[in-house]
Parts: sequence; C-alpha cells; structure tokens
Amino acid sequence: MAAKKWPENWQNVNRGCVVFRPGSAGDYHTGSWRAQQPVWDNVKCIKCGLCYIVCPEGCISEGSDGYYSADLDYCKGCGICTHECWPRAIKMVEEG
Amino acid sequence: MIEVRWHGRGGQGAVTSVELLALAAIEEGKYAQGFPSFGPERRGAPVAAFNRVDGKQIKIRSGIYHPDTVVVLDEGLVGLVNVAEGLKPEGVLIVNTAKTPAEVRKTIKFKGKIAAVDATAIARKELGVPITNTTMIGALVRLTGIVKLDSLKVPVEHRFGRIAIKNLTAMKRAFDEVNIG
Amino acid sequence: MSKRIGIEVAVAAAEAAALCRFDVAAVYPITPQSHVAEHLSNIVADGRIDAEFITVESEHSAMSAAMGASATGARVVTATSSQGLMYMHEVLPIASAMRLPIVMAIANRAVSGPLNILNDHSDIMPQRDSGWISLFAENGQEVVDMMIQAFKIAEHRDVQLPVNVNIDGFQLTHMVEPLEMPDQKEVDKFLPPYKPYATLHPDKPVSMGTFAMNDVYTEVMKAKDAALVNSKEVILAVWKEWEKRFGRAYEPIEGYRVKGAEILMLTMGSMGETAAVAIDELRKKGIPAGLLKMKLWRPFPFDELKKAVKGAKTLIVTDRAVSFGGPGGPVAGEVRSALYDQPTRPAIINEIIGLGGRDMMVEHFMEIVMKAAKAGRKKRKEAYEFYGVREA
Ligand code: SF4
Ligand code: SF4
Repeated sequence: MAAKKWPENWQNVNRGCVVFRPGSAGDYHTGSWRAQQPVWDNVKCIKCGLCYIVCPEGCISEGSDGYYSADLDYCKGCGICTHECWPRAIKMVEEG
Repeated sequence: MIEVRWHGRGGQGAVTSVELLALAAIEEGKYAQGFPSFGPERRGAPVAAFNRVDGKQIKIRSGIYHPDTVVVLDEGLVGLVNVAEGLKPEGVLIVNTAKTPAEVRKTIKFKGKIAAVDATAIARKELGVPITNTTMIGALVRLTGIVKLDSLKVPVEHRFGRIAIKNLTAMKRAFDEVNIG
Repeated sequence: MSKRIGIEVAVAAAEAAALCRFDVAAVYPITPQSHVAEHLSNIVADGRIDAEFITVESEHSAMSAAMGASATGARVVTATSSQGLMYMHEVLPIASAMRLPIVMAIANRAVSGPLNILNDHSDIMPQRDSGWISLFAENGQEVVDMMIQAFKIAEHRDVQLPVNVNIDGFQLTHMVEPLEMPDQKEVDKFLPPYKPYATLHPDKPVSMGTFAMNDVYTEVMKAKDAALVNSKEVILAVWKEWEKRFGRAYEPIEGYRVKGAEILMLTMGSMGETAAVAIDELRKKGIPAGLLKMKLWRPFPFDELKKAVKGAKTLIVTDRAVSFGGPGGPVAGEVRSALYDQPTRPAIINEIIGLGGRDMMVEHFMEIVMKAAKAGRKKRKEAYEFYGVREA
C-alpha cells in the first residue's frame, strides 16, 4: 500500500485541493477492508456482465475467455456482485 | 427636483411610462429615477410608479410621498385609490378622462391644478388600442416641462420599434389637447 | 469611450457581465429573481456574445452547474435573490473551497417567513461564512463597476475565489437611472481572458472536489481563510487600477463628510445615498455627523474600519438583518469585535433598519443621528434597536 502523502502544512495545500496526479485513488487498496471475497463459478456464469457493471469499486474485469474476476487489491467484499448475479454464479466466502 | 407619481393598473404600462420619462431626461443630460411600487406584480390591480428628475445627481432612494405631479392612467382608479394623496397643493393632477377638469374636481379632494385629457380616445384612434401610458406622457410634458417632447423620440423608438411613430403621434396629441382647468 | 446611458440597474448588471464576455450563465428564473437572469438569457439568445445559458431546475442546481462550468475553465456568472440564495447555501462553501472564481449578482431581499421579498440583507447575511468575497454596491454605477471588478478579483491568480456583488433588491435592481457604461475595448484591456489554475479536461486529468478527513481538513480550512484574508491586497490593487482606467475610486470603507465628525453612521448598500443626504442636512444644523459606507464585507476591512472611526465619539451601525437572539445585527456584531482591542473606541449604537422593505427616508436617518447626539456617551439599555418598530 502506497504511503499517504498529506501536505505537510497548510501552505502546501493545493489550491482548491486539486489533485494533479490522475488515478491517485488507486493508492488506496480497499481490498484490506474485505471480510468475505467473491468466488466465481464459471459453469453457471452466462457472461451477462452485470457483475462488472454493478461493482462499486470498478474492480471486476473481463478475462480473455469472457469470464469475470475481481482484483482482490480493491475488492472490498461488499457482496453486491453476488447479490445481483441472477444465475447465482458468484458466492461470498470467508477470507483466509 | 420634480417628483411624479403615476397611477395605473397592472398591465397598463405605468412602469414603461416611468422608464421612458427617465430615459428622456437622462438623454437630455439630466439625472432621473424611474421605479415601480415595489412588490409582486398583479395584472389589473392598482399600481403606482414613480419618477424623480433633477439637474443634479439624485441621492434620495426612499419612496415618493409628496409628489409634485400625479398622472392617472385609468379614470376608474379615482375613488378606488386616493390619487391626490400627498400631492403638493401647488402641484398638478393629470387625469385620463373624457370629463372636463371642473367635473373631475367634483370627484377628487384636491384644491390645486387639475388637467384632463381623453387619452383613451386618442390611443384608440392613434394606436388602435386603449393603452394610454405613452399618450399620457404628452400631457405630463405639457403641464410640467419636465423634459422636451423631442427627447422622448429616442427612448420610444428604442422601445417600440416600428410602432414608435404611432406612440409619438399620440403623445403629441395629448400634449396639444390636454385641457388645463 | 464609456457612454452615459439610462438603464434599469438589474439589466445593467447583466450588461456588465456581457462586457466581461462570460462563457456560461447558469441561473434559475424564480424564487424570486430579478431582471439580471432574464437579461443574461436575452444576451445569450441574441447571440451577442459566445456563451451558454444553462437553465436549471433550482438555485442549488444553478450553483452546481456554475461550479461544473467554472471547473472546466469557463468564466461563469449567476444571479439569485432571497429564498433562492438560501436554497443555494449548501453549495456556496464548496465553490469557494474549490477556488472557483464564479461571479454572482445578488438582488438582496428579505427571506421568508412571513413571505415578503422586499429589500433587506437577510438573504446575504447567512452566507457570510461561505468563503466568498462580498461586495456591496450603493448605486447603479457601482453595480456595473463591481460586476466587472468582481471577475478580475475572482480570477486573480493570488485570489481564485468566488465573488458576490450585493445589489439592493427593488431599491436598486428595479431602478432606471443614469450611469456610465464602460466601453468594450476598455473592459477588454482591464480584464484579460481567464487563465485557470487547473481545469477539468481529459487531456490533462485532475481530481477536484476531493475528500479530506480530520488529518488534513484543518489545513484546508486554514488555507481557505488565508486566501480570503490575502485577497484584500488584490482587491485594493484592482480598485486602484480601476480608478486609474475609469476614474472612479473605490475603498473598502468610503467616508462621507467624516472630517471633524463626532458621530459617524455606517451603512451598507443603497441606503448610503439617502443617509448622505441626511448627513448634509445635519451638518447644516451644525451637528458634526459623518457617514461610513462599507463596500467590502468579506474579507472584513479591519484596518480601514479602525482608521475610519478614529476620533469619533459615537458610531451608529445600521443593520439590514437580524441575528436573532444574538448581538443584534450581524454588521454591528462584527464592528464591535473589530474595535474591541482598540485603546479608545467610540460608543457603538446598533440600529436595525429597513427590514423587509420598510422605507428609510432622510428624516429617519436624521432622527437616528440626532437621538445619538443627545444621548452622548450615556450607555443605552439595549445593545440594539429595531428602528421604528411599533411598540405597545
Ligand atoms: S453477473 Fe453473474 S452471470 Fe453475469 S457475468 Fe457476472 S458472474 Fe457471470
Ligand atoms: S464484492 Fe463488491 S467490491 Fe468485490 S467484486 Fe463484488 S461488487 Fe466488487
């Protein structure tokens, strides 16, 4: 996890708190929040892509085989993908 | 400084009158204010509008309570509102009416000068509609010399475009025909 | 060459924004509005300048749209009044925190309830702590000048803050009066195109409106306060330049017949003119009265105030709003605290005047001053008074 870099003092606060480094949200590895993780069963998956759309972290991506998986650095274990997948291809399982 | 109060009904153009008069005065290099009675605008309801005209900068921004001149666009307002309220005794009351000033005097508690002009008839003839706000400016100019009639040309043309000429004609007729009692 | 014209002041405010070649106007047309909004839309619809007019569904959205547009680097103007400003309240501190140089014309009017909409300052006072620069105009000329100055101040690299120009509702907005409308060429020379510090653009992506928790929020607030405080220097410089180019001087606190004045009265907005006439009358009677007209409300002009009241025995602060259950009027509260550490300071009287459009005539201002002259330094029972209130 990247070290947080707060301005040392108020004089160093960027005007209007503008963040000039694009993609800096990637520094926060929300994966550390996870208590359960989604596990895909590609036999049931119909490749509808709904999980990809609904993931609030945007951490689900489509593999070259057309199936989906989560980037566990960012998957926070919210379970929305599991809840929304209507063929029930995703299961939440305990971490560890 | 000359202070004028206009009485009309919402939609009769009293606010346009005060604007045109102020613009004409400013056009002459004078100082002027034109403003409505403040608050919500309701069609048909009695409204007032005001002018101040002076040769030097006008600083007072309070209301006008003791006008030098009162202009009544709609005769029906006489009796409904006290159009002579606060009018200076040496001031003048100008009413749009077919009556004579002497007849008007019977219905209004005002001892000073009263002038009458049948602006509705003039407006019907010249403009084709009984909207008397511009016509009445002619009578006001005649009675007070507040501005020159010519100074209204530019603001009226700017405001009314191709029907400006009709408004200017009506104004001139009221200037000529106003009956000073 | 600037031109002397007769114009309704609200329309003149929009014309001034057009002289500044605004790129975007985002306004909601009622609750309530003035002709500023209507005329901004006319200017855009007639194609007089290359700008967008965004019709929104509320003032909350108007300010939000203004912020979005400003964040792309556009020069943005908006306008509101009364309840509309109250509804905008939530978004105002975000605009200043994001350092977006939006200019807003406010037709100052009373807030409900009861429903009123006539002129006072009870709409702007609750916005005091929003982090906006706040200017108060006294007449139509100042409205035009301040609208143009506002863009220059707001966009200055050392400021980058939104500015509101306060225009007394009705008393000013609905007034047709003469003023000098500056020439386009002169305004172009005075106001260069806006060069933003950062913009939302896909070619050079940045994040705006970010998250800041307890580990950094304090620093951000300190930076915002410093920005407001430091903006005064730029405001003064812009006013100097304005005077040089256009010949009309502006000061945070303008004195009127202050020489030898033992009693000073302080006003904000259009009532300063009527009050000035009262001061003339009082001077004729031999009463040593003077007037202070405060044009800059935020950043608060501490030094100028201290200097202005030096030597005065009594200072009458007029307020057009009430801080209910508080120190009286918000202006008097601030004036008192600003003078607290002075070794000598005048006795301060707070008169709350002209609420909800209650007219203030020359004789009213004279009465206030004469009453103060009679009382001298005798302490008043009440810290403030609702002038002219009908008592049982
Ligand atoms: S929502 Fe379920 S079925 Fe649809 S793509 Fe994702 S895992 Fe497959
Ligand atoms: S559990 Fe939540 S965060 Fe993780 S992949 Fe599913 S939707 Fe995304």
